[in-house]
Amino acid sequence: MTKQIIIPFGPQHPVLPEPIHLDLVLEDEMVVEAIPSIGYIHRGFEKLVEKREFTEYVYVAERTCGICSFIHGLTYCQGIEEIMQVEVPERALFLRTIWSEYSRLHSHLLWLGLFADSFGFENLFMNAWRIRERILDVMEQTTGGRVIQGSCKIGGVRRDISGEKLGQMSKDLDSIGQELEELTNVFLRDASIKHRLKNVGVLSRDDAYSLGAVGPTARGSGVSLDMRKTGYAAYGKLNLETVAENDGDCYARCVVRCRELFTSIDLIQQAVRKIPDGPTDVKVTGTPDGEYFTRSEQPRGELVHYLKGNGTKFLVRSRIRTPTLTNIPPLVKMLQGCELADVPVIVLSIDPCISCTER
Amino acid sequence: MAFFEMVKTALRTVLSRPATIRYPAEPAKKTLLTRGHVTIDESRCISCGTCQRKCPAQAILLNKEEKTWQMDRLRCVVCNSCVDTCPVKCLFMDTQYTAPTVTRGVEIVTITYVKPVKAADKGEIQG
Ligand code: SF4
Ligand code: SF4
Repeated sequence: MTKQIIIPFGPQHPVLPEPIHLDLVLEDEMVVEAIPSIGYIHRGFEKLVEKREFTEYVYVAERTCGICSFIHGLTYCQGIEEIMQVEVPERALFLRTIWSEYSRLHSHLLWLGLFADSFGFENLFMNAWRIRERILDVMEQTTGGRVIQGSCKIGGVRRDISGEKLGQMSKDLDSIGQELEELTNVFLRDASIKHRLKNVGVLSRDDAYSLGAVGPTARGSGVSLDMRKTGYAAYGKLNLETVAENDGDCYARCVVRCRELFTSIDLIQQAVRKIPDGPTDVKVTGTPDGEYFTRSEQPRGELVHYLKGNGTKFLVRSRIRTPTLTNIPPLVKMLQGCELADVPVIVLSIDPCISCTER
Repeated sequence: MAFFEMVKTALRTVLSRPATIRYPAEPAKKTLLTRGHVTIDESRCISCGTCQRKCPAQAILLNKEEKTWQMDRLRCVVCNSCVDTCPVKCLFMDTQYTAPTVTRGVEIVTITYVKPVKAADKGEIQG
């Protein structure tokens, strides 16, 4: 039998934007087992729900994650609105959808950049982030924050976007779309990238399903799961096509995200065309009494917030299940049997977001 | 399969202006809505304490006896909650980010608002 050795990977590793630790059991250069451990950046957000009024907790909920922050805020608000049976105005739902899709664009571009960096393509990394900057600028112009938007509140949204600005955003997306096409062509066609990613970290459709993969990780393996199909916010009124690939390797996951950029642009443009006039929020009175599970689609997959109130201003329980947490068992599966040199690329291919995993 | 797919983009970026700003020599990008830091008009604050209650980061401390409004800039997460909820709208969101600092400390503002005495009570109006 070949001698086994254990190599620690992370929590500090050049390829990891955030700390996760993996113990890699190697036989020669091949990984036979990966044992993950998390818990380096636990911040106790779920406990904080008992100390902050439910109306203020939305700011805390948003800060769960530094990338898909808006969608955390949206999901939390959605849960409270369901418990209190608040009817949110249509316009607010459309605005939430627009900001969610901008978040997805910026998150996927961030990931494409980091992914390019993980296989050593620095120039592509810079280019992805250069385009991402244009998305962030729109976020800042419409909400006041580049990364933490803070524009969602219980009962609607805090800011409206004027019709003129919406039109301009939609037009700008055309030119951003052209730049994205140039960028994604590199990912999709370049021979060296294909060579590096094809057949690396393969996750079969059955494994993806039974191990609970979500988001692009599941869709890259042919499981077309997309919470936007449940029709929350204004997604029910838009025409959404789920992107799925069948190969289940790193390249397939990359293709899914590249194609999703264009779905997001399409969704925003549809929303801009269909957005109705009207108020953007309703006054919310009373306190939440009851519990609710609410789901949404983050750039990384399905997000679940569980909220429970007892009729006071403070909730008694909040539980956040983030997509990265459920993508870790599939990751462990992908790592079995891969080469040590492929580990960084495979880890990044699930788009790990550790700070929201640990809350 | 394609080779040198990136060349066109790379050449264009080499020949064009840099995408980055030489901050701080050039000012950072700002928009009308940018959340920089919170400022107070101390002459209008009625010491109601709403901002302190609504602050998720507990950055504001209001002392009603000493009439001071205290702000810990390093705690503030610039969420705009206090500005939105102040009943007399005496808090504002400035678009300028606060400068970096190496010391902890709070900013203490003395509230100068004087409640106008009703004309019917005293016959003279202050404030
Ligand atoms: S902006 Fe937010 S964090 Fe800062 S003082 Fe106001 S309420 Fe508190
Ligand atoms: S700043 Fe506004 S909210 Fe805060 S105590 Fe003064 S009046 Fe009240």
